Amino acid sequence: MDFLSATFSALADPTRRSIVDRLTRGAATINELAEPFAMSQQAISKHVAYLERAGVVTKQRIGRQHLCQLRPGAIEEVAIWAERYRQLWESRFQRLDAVLVELVAEASPPLSPSPISKSRRERA
Amino acid sequence: MTTQPTDQLGTQITAAPGTQEVVISRVLNAPREIVFRAYTDPVLLARWLGPREYELIVERFEPWSGGSYRYFNVDANGNRYAFSGVCHDVSAPERIIQTFEFEGLPERGHVSLDTALFEALPDGRTRVTTKSVFQSVADRDAMIASGMEWGVRESYERLSELLPELLAQ
Repeated sequence: MDFLSATFSALADPTRRSIVDRLTRGAATINELAEPFAMSQQAISKHVAYLERAGVVTKQRIGRQHLCQLRPGAIEEVAIWAERYRQLWESRFQRLDAVLVELVAEASPPLSPSPISKSRRERA
Repeated sequence: MTTQPTDQLGTQITAAPGTQEVVISRVLNAPREIVFRAYTDPVLLARWLGPREYELIVERFEPWSGGSYRYFNVDANGNRYAFSGVCHDVSAPERIIQTFEFEGLPERGHVSLDTALFEALPDGRTRVTTKSVFQSVADRDAMIASGMEWGVRESYERLSELLPELLAQ
């Protein structure tokens, strides 16, 4: 599995997404990560291990605790993945913009109005 | 996640990890009747839908409820990449619901259901929102990954267009 597939499958789980969301606000211990969930620390540790293997989270032993934090760049790499697909569509829409300019011009009244309509417009 | 462009007119995309959906939204500077025409007239569609470096050839295009379509992207070496689907519902000028399949995958049947909504905005502009629902998260991710390849290619193209300028400076 390449890096992005690993990251995406790691983020496919709602609990793991919540863990990542929590870690965007700063490093946390397994205890702290487990708090909002009705889950054992062991279950949370498994999720963290999954995120660690996917390269999203790094874990560091401090005394008896494990401190977890986001690996810098991991989330940005996922964002870039979607950003490129967005750019593909943006370039498509830019070609559509050019087509629409023509269609709007065809649908509008002629650019050089007759003397009558011109003088009307000036009076208005 | 949602990627927000800096430009107000720019394309927005939402593709939350682990879901089967991609939502793409863009504001276009034309009334929706005209935008709808650009989506349902095959000659007009061919001018904008394909990737920039490919020619788009429409084999069949029946933009009405129960109709179907098939078109090819043709690259510089003449390789053809076919896409096809069925128009489930075409309600001018506000909605198109259709299936979409890239025929070049190793196995057939990886179809998405695409709904395009055309919303009239003040000042004669139109917001187009397309939601694609894939049969699996893997299918959705593969589609975005294929877009990534195109995106990279187009980025390189833009770069190579820019290089002479940069070199001249």
